[in-house]
Amino acid sequence: MTQRKRVLIYGYGNPGRQDDALGNEMVNKVQEWIEEHHLGCMATDSNYQLNIEDAEKISEWEIVVFVDASKEGIHEYKYCKIHPQEDKVEFTMHAVSPAYVLHLSEKLFNKKPEAYILGIKGYEWELEEGLSDNAKLNLEQGFQFLTRQLSGWALIKKNLPISMLEAGE
Amino acid sequence: MSKKITIEPVTRVEGHGKVTIQIDDFGNVTDSRLHIVEFRGFERFVQGRPYWEAPVLVQRLCGICPVSHHIAAAKALDVIVGAGTGHGLTAVGEKMRRLMHYGQFFQSHVLHFFHLSSPDFLFGIDGDPALRNIIGVIQENRDLAVQGVMMRKYGQEVIFHTAGKKIHGTGAIPGGINKNLSLEEKEILLNGADPMNADKMVEWSLGALEFFKGYHAHNKDMVDTFAAYPSNHLSMVREDGAFDIYHGVLRAVDNDGKRILDDVDYQDYDKYIEEEVRSWSYMKFPYLKHLGKEKGWYRVGPLSRLNTCDFIPTPLAQKEFELFKAYTNGKPNGMTLHYHWARLIEVLHSAEMIRELLNDSDLQNDDLVVTGEKCKKGVGVIEAPRGTLFHHYEVDDDDRITLANLIVSTTNNNQPMNTAVNLTAKAFMNGKAEITEPMMNAVEVAIRAYDPCLSCATHALGQMPLEMTIVNKNNVILDRKTK
Repeated sequence: MTQRKRVLIYGYGNPGRQDDALGNEMVNKVQEWIEEHHLGCMATDSNYQLNIEDAEKISEWEIVVFVDASKEGIHEYKYCKIHPQEDKVEFTMHAVSPAYVLHLSEKLFNKKPEAYILGIKGYEWELEEGLSDNAKLNLEQGFQFLTRQLSGWALIKKNLPISMLEAGE
Repeated sequence: MSKKITIEPVTRVEGHGKVTIQIDDFGNVTDSRLHIVEFRGFERFVQGRPYWEAPVLVQRLCGICPVSHHIAAAKALDVIVGAGTGHGLTAVGEKMRRLMHYGQFFQSHVLHFFHLSSPDFLFGIDGDPALRNIIGVIQENRDLAVQGVMMRKYGQEVIFHTAGKKIHGTGAIPGGINKNLSLEEKEILLNGADPMNADKMVEWSLGALEFFKGYHAHNKDMVDTFAAYPSNHLSMVREDGAFDIYHGVLRAVDNDGKRILDDVDYQDYDKYIEEEVRSWSYMKFPYLKHLGKEKGWYRVGPLSRLNTCDFIPTPLAQKEFELFKAYTNGKPNGMTLHYHWARLIEVLHSAEMIRELLNDSDLQNDDLVVTGEKCKKGVGVIEAPRGTLFHHYEVDDDDRITLANLIVSTTNNNQPMNTAVNLTAKAFMNGKAEITEPMMNAVEVAIRAYDPCLSCATHALGQMPLEMTIVNKNNVILDRKTK
């Protein structure tokens, strides 16, 4: 029987640029966690950045969590629900935002998954592999948070209460 | 007196463009400059690393065109491991790399046309900004927008199956490749369920070309004159003059079509090409040495490739190439917006080549790598989607890189983009001291035609804005807008 496509965790960033790999690293951790818990309704994916073809990818899923490194003035991580939004066309923008991917999914494929973004605070962006120490701590915090969310969604799948679902900022 | 431009670290990471336009007392544009922040740290970073790491390391440069850097680096290292240049690899080695490269070309050009440029063609440069985006395209021509997305996806699939991974692919290694294409992968790419197959990609590529030609037919004045100017053009061509993005010789022509660089071996590129440093820009300005800084600069990319090559070795693209050449009576084409036309012909050629390669049983061969007598210097050149890309490495007796020099496509187009911006500024801004949205978009359209990649850096949640400033003759700021 085909497994229901419930939650996709999509991390993105360039793992050759230190903390820019936070999204990719999160995906690696979450993938292990999914396998450990045999959650066939969930999957992960990662790439350098989001682009227009991701609209087709996310259209197949009920819930999508984008995970990215963040340079914003946040604490360890920031989690929020995102809504479809048009981006202006940058003069040489070769990547797009999660909200824009969501918007394209709705407009092109008539699908609007429930979508969230988990931004994890990063600090170093040079040409090296490996996270900075502070980013590693933030990754762990974000991982704990995200797996609580995923556990909640796994329970929903079994028609149990949304007791573990936390409100986003 | 020049105005000092300060580049903050965060700017370097995000990457963006700044345009400064200087006007005189009468409001006439006297000068303009496009300041592009280029990340140059890689060349120092790679020094001391074992050479075989380079094809993967270079992918840290850029999440936009990692495949181009990957292949160019591998080609340079082919020379170092004694595998020779270009055709020194086994059949499967060269053809797998070509397939990967055409996949990259296809998806990159498709993104540029459908996502960045088609809104301008559907709604006009001065069209309603609220509509002049991909959402406007969806409303106007939904099929076109869906095709753009699915074509991108197809190109990415080709890369995945040839590079082995989506991120930091390892398909190309010094002297060859590390995987061939399985029959199962071939079937997925060649005959996948509609629309994800090679025939559909060819069909849709033809459709995109027809879309552009239709727009051109109704807007000839604008398309033919916008930021048009004569220039030299440079690209790699196959030894017999054919269009080739993977291997060949360097050829440059002037505005009359006269060869000013006559099919030279790119291993000697530094005999012919010099890079000028200008105080106001972090990005260098390459030029042909023998012609000097003033006359030796050149354009690269789709327009230049069609201006330098003699023919395209696939039937459908060749037919379109003949129409393209006939439009200027066989002379080099200097019309900036014809970059888009040329780009779409290249999309079609890429689709044809992908289909041809997928039907080639050499891709299932197992002789993946060749080696020979090692050298200490290697140069790899490819035609990346945005233009000619040079990778040059030298190694010591311990196989560690002692020198790396890269000239990336966008650097080659530095002077051409500045020229296009200057022409556009004069056409749209003379007599005006305030920046309007159509003005900004006109400048963007001029830059966008070259498809510059300013993202040789991280992308982390941020923007890539264009900042435009008008200053008077004393460099006092009259207006500044960021988009």
